[in-house]
Amino acid sequence: MSNYITEFETLFRDVLENEDIVLTPETIASDIEEWDSINHIYLVVEIEKHFGIKFSSSEILQWQNVGEMIDSVKAHKEN
Amino acid sequence: MNKMNPIFSFRELQKKAKNTTGNVTDIRVAVLGNHTTSFFIKALENQLKVAGFNPSMYESDYDQIDITLIDRESELYKFNPEIIVVFESVLKLKDKFYSIKDTESQSDFHKTEKDIIQNRVSNIRANGSDAKIVYFSYELIDDELYGNLFSKIPHSFYNNLWQLNNELITFSRNEPDFYVFDINKYLKGTENYRDYTALINSDLHYSIDTFAKISHFLAQFFNAFKGHFKKCLILDLDNTTWGGIIGDDGLENIQVGSLGIGKAFTKLQKWAKELKERGVILAICSKNTEEVAKEPFEKHNEMVLRLDDISIFVANWKNKADNIRYIQEVLNIGFDSMVFLDDNPAERDIVRQSLPAITVPELPKDPAYYMPYIESLNLFETVSYSENDKDRTSQYQQEAKRKKLISSVTNMDDYLKSLEMKGNISPFNSDDVSRVAQLTQRSNQFNLRTQRYTEKDITEFMNSENHLTYTVKLKDKFGDYGLISVIILEKKNDNTYFIDTWIMSCRVLKRDVEHFALNKIVEDVKNKDINIITGEYLPTPKNKLVEDLLKKLTFENDTNENTYILDLTNYKSRKNYIENE
Repeated sequence: MSNYITEFETLFRDVLENEDIVLTPETIASDIEEWDSINHIYLVVEIEKHFGIKFSSSEILQWQNVGEMIDSVKAHKEN
Repeated sequence: MNKMNPIFSFRELQKKAKNTTGNVTDIRVAVLGNHTTSFFIKALENQLKVAGFNPSMYESDYDQIDITLIDRESELYKFNPEIIVVFESVLKLKDKFYSIKDTESQSDFHKTEKDIIQNRVSNIRANGSDAKIVYFSYELIDDELYGNLFSKIPHSFYNNLWQLNNELITFSRNEPDFYVFDINKYLKGTENYRDYTALINSDLHYSIDTFAKISHFLAQFFNAFKGHFKKCLILDLDNTTWGGIIGDDGLENIQVGSLGIGKAFTKLQKWAKELKERGVILAICSKNTEEVAKEPFEKHNEMVLRLDDISIFVANWKNKADNIRYIQEVLNIGFDSMVFLDDNPAERDIVRQSLPAITVPELPKDPAYYMPYIESLNLFETVSYSENDKDRTSQYQQEAKRKKLISSVTNMDDYLKSLEMKGNISPFNSDDVSRVAQLTQRSNQFNLRTQRYTEKDITEFMNSENHLTYTVKLKDKFGDYGLISVIILEKKNDNTYFIDTWIMSCRVLKRDVEHFALNKIVEDVKNKDINIITGEYLPTPKNKLVEDLLKKLTFENDTNENTYILDLTNYKSRKNYIENE
């Protein structure tokens, strides 16, 4: 988890153009000012590109926080 | 992608745009769509920044095209866009189509949609906007309800899309300032251009990187609107225009046409020839002995390009950057409007380093890929075409001959004499009205007072008792310049004429056309028993060229610094080498 969280953090900082973003598994969209619905789409695309995976449409709707997003990535990477 | 024309991903583009500074050219763009356009607008804004613009963007509310266009008070019209982009997704159109229940109305779908488009354009104009309208063509996707029978089924959706695109093209042909931007050619070959997950979850009809790619080409098109487009193609010869080295291999062994991989070079030559017909100037820049380099153009029967297709032919052993500077000087166009094709990476590099503004595509190693690669760059984007564009090649060929002559004479008088110029100065006549009006509209540099006139105004001057009007036409031994100067004088009182307008084309600077014209004007005014001509210089940011015109023509300063007076009693005819005809 710790490796993924760092990679996520780097990616979030780059995509949302804010170097001060700090992520924990519990972080949710409302914790980060730039993380609005439009940027969420952008983030999902960039996470997929970064990890070389493709989320399913229902997966994307189920995430509650960063931890669950990372779980999704892990599940794709390990299968 | 290659380094000359990289197409950035959405994220790369965000970063590139952030690093642009000092953009001063404003551009105001409105986007209306029937789907989520926020990423498209962001990408377009970024592309425009990267292209050097300072963009202002307007985004209509989600799927509110018609209500926005009908409402005169809408934010759109307050925004006052220079360009309105209408970008509709076919997936939305499909929902609309499926909601039609009878096949007859389905068959008419393309007509109904065409009426909607026309109506939108009428609304834009009726609400006072003269923006250029850039309308996206419809993505051609088959819903596969009728498979390959679609062409026979008028109520097939796919059939309607083809017809609707045709309607759009037909409508565009005669509708001023209305352009069709074809999305299909940019989607072709784009991997995963639609992200179906994002489509279902977020109504995102194209992937964000697709938006970045489309907006790259849209920004190129807008660039052409703003007057930035390519005017000249410079070709290297050996292994670019033909295969092999003419100096070593000889006329029989260069590859063009049927020999070896000659077909690849023939394709490039055919393309260059079509560009020339469109009005793009062709030039040659090659390290070769001139006579040897010209031989294939004269003697090889499979060469598509011939010497008379080439405006400037430079073959010598000098540095290519210097030779291109010479070409630029003769043509008098910006380096940013030139494209240089050369197979040799070292030569490309030298040119790029000395002349960063010129476009130097990174030609692939295999000539089979020259044309597909060049076409993918869309180098010659344009927003206007007229029949006259075709004459450009001969005009520049003449200009190149003049340049050669001037380098062979030692003083200006000899040069002017040797040009064997013939001039014609006459009052306005009805055949010239539109050209005269056009000159008053377009000339900025050699323009004493920058008064803009319509054809109606010009006709009134032509018929006025109170005005003296002149057009000057010039030719020399190399060719005919046509109508190059317009002068209008207004009678102010019983003893004075005032120079209302004096315009000349910069192509004939330093030929003493001004002297030729003034001699005739003075003669006419004297014949009317009038002895004074007054004049005025109205400065603009562009007409510094003529700030001293009247002084040089021996006018004396009047009461303030920009008004002048010429007393004709002591006028001495001014020297020039233009023969009156």
